[in-house]
Amino acid sequence: MKLKRNTILTFIALLVIVVLLFFAEKSLNPYYRRILNLCAIYSIFSVTFNLIFGYTGQFSLGHAGFAAIGAYVAALLTLSPAQKAVNFFLKPIISPLANVELPFLLALIVGGLITAILSMLIAWPALRLHGDYLAIATLGFSEIIRSLMVNMQSLTNGALGLKGIPGYTNLFWSWGCLAVCVFIIKRLVDSSYGRAISAVRDDEVAAEALGVNLFKHKMMAFGVSSFFVGVAGGLMANLISTIDPKVFLFTLTYQIVGVTVMGGMGSLTGSVISASLYTIFLEALRPLESQFTIGSLTVPGIPGMRMVIFSVLLLLVILFSRKGLMGNNEFSWDGLFRLFNRLRSKKGDGSTGGDEA
Amino acid sequence: MLNISNLHVSYGGIRALQGISLNVEEGKIIALLGANGAGKSTTLRTIMGIVKPDQGSIDFEGESLLGLKSFQVVMKGIALVPEGRRVFSNLTVKENLSLGAYTRKDKEKIKADIEEIYELFPRLEERHTQSAGTLSGGEQQMLALGRALMSKPRLLMIDEPSLGLAPVLSQDVLSKLVELNQKRNQTVLLIEQNARAALSIADYAYILETGQIKLEGPASELATNDDVRKTYLGIH
Repeated sequence: MKLKRNTILTFIALLVIVVLLFFAEKSLNPYYRRILNLCAIYSIFSVTFNLIFGYTGQFSLGHAGFAAIGAYVAALLTLSPAQKAVNFFLKPIISPLANVELPFLLALIVGGLITAILSMLIAWPALRLHGDYLAIATLGFSEIIRSLMVNMQSLTNGALGLKGIPGYTNLFWSWGCLAVCVFIIKRLVDSSYGRAISAVRDDEVAAEALGVNLFKHKMMAFGVSSFFVGVAGGLMANLISTIDPKVFLFTLTYQIVGVTVMGGMGSLTGSVISASLYTIFLEALRPLESQFTIGSLTVPGIPGMRMVIFSVLLLLVILFSRKGLMGNNEFSWDGLFRLFNRLRSKKGDGSTGGDEA
Repeated sequence: MLNISNLHVSYGGIRALQGISLNVEEGKIIALLGANGAGKSTTLRTIMGIVKPDQGSIDFEGESLLGLKSFQVVMKGIALVPEGRRVFSNLTVKENLSLGAYTRKDKEKIKADIEEIYELFPRLEERHTQSAGTLSGGEQQMLALGRALMSKPRLLMIDEPSLGLAPVLSQDVLSKLVELNQKRNQTVLLIEQNARAALSIADYAYILETGQIKLEGPASELATNDDVRKTYLGIH
């Protein structure tokens, strides 16, 4: 009975979200639409990082590099042959790619697959390392990918980047991909496979002594995670329509790490909430960077001011809720009702929203 | 059941094991005793495939274990309760137990086996939704033992179960081993520093000293041996 109530609620929530997305897509101005799209993309980055670090315990800092692979693959596959000719004026693009143009879905999937394959090739030797050493190795690989992109002129157009990428990404694509990503990762971590990767995180030696194949499990987590990072990279390329290697500096990885820690290690809901808040806050705080006046006081615009404020917010979250916004709890209808009941018994009135299916 | 012969293991230039041979018979409790650094843990690590031997053989039910990875050794029917318990502290007691059955596929049977473990260790049932990190040392040792049993091992290896436990509690753990041995005919290879306790429950014992087997024999005989009494039991 209870289970039924929850399924109905989930169904209604999904419907409401779809309707909201539909209206947002129709009537919001492009600037707000872009922020909402970026919310979903950053959520995918954060959820996938959570799978590798929060659940499997492998501190990998390769996210920016993997996102770059996905973005470039999707961009190259969706650019029209004419647009490619315009882009590659220094050196022509290598021949088979010049005339390829794939539908968006296919481009995203191919981008994800190539990212997964390349990242697993990297992970194969790197996953023998642990902790800080793994972090340094993957960070190095991520930078190698970026510098390859600067230098492979006839494949990536080097530092000039790619322009005029068709803007296929809309709210349905980005939030749809996020939903698929969260659904698959949630199913994964709830399975016996998920228990095994949590065991690997807690104690590798003990996990292996129980018959868990360490290497296979770490590789699987890595592969699934980087597939979706690649997809998110593709979404991003087709959203901002211009990419160059500088978009994928290691600072992107650090943002993802910060967002994930703020949301809570081992909580997918936390990752989505925190990534959305981060994206919205960064935009909302933008006025701080230009000149503004409070009464008679004129504050000069300081570029980078919003990052300072974001850092302070991050510090506050870590200080006051050490496990992040959600700890390792997930959103559930039962949890929501319990919260309501508690609030009602306190005679207080409050409402919380969660938008995860 | 488990036959080790002439096993040599070295870490770099240091020879940790210098030709040890031992034999674990089915349905018996075999104790492997020795002081710190004698090579007890190295022996276990070599059986589990974590360390590669220079020379010698390890056979389990007629099949060689050399070259197998840990998870493959587990699939052959050997379970290890690692030193220091190493329960998964962020997972619940129940999840820890289910992980013990990771190599098995028979879901229905696994459920029944968890119930059986709860019968054996009632404390674990009381705490089955609690995360393992919040258990006391003795309870964690019980959980580690229960978790290892979940793989239905034919050979149970247990490394220093009394480490860091109050004497009463370590006596508890050892009596559980005896119970398992008598009721289920569980074969046990017990690694211990506490010779007195180990000799009191084992059928046969080996005493390791600096990588070699110095003495072996039925536990009751060793317990009365003058050398053993002086060196390991502290009786002069």
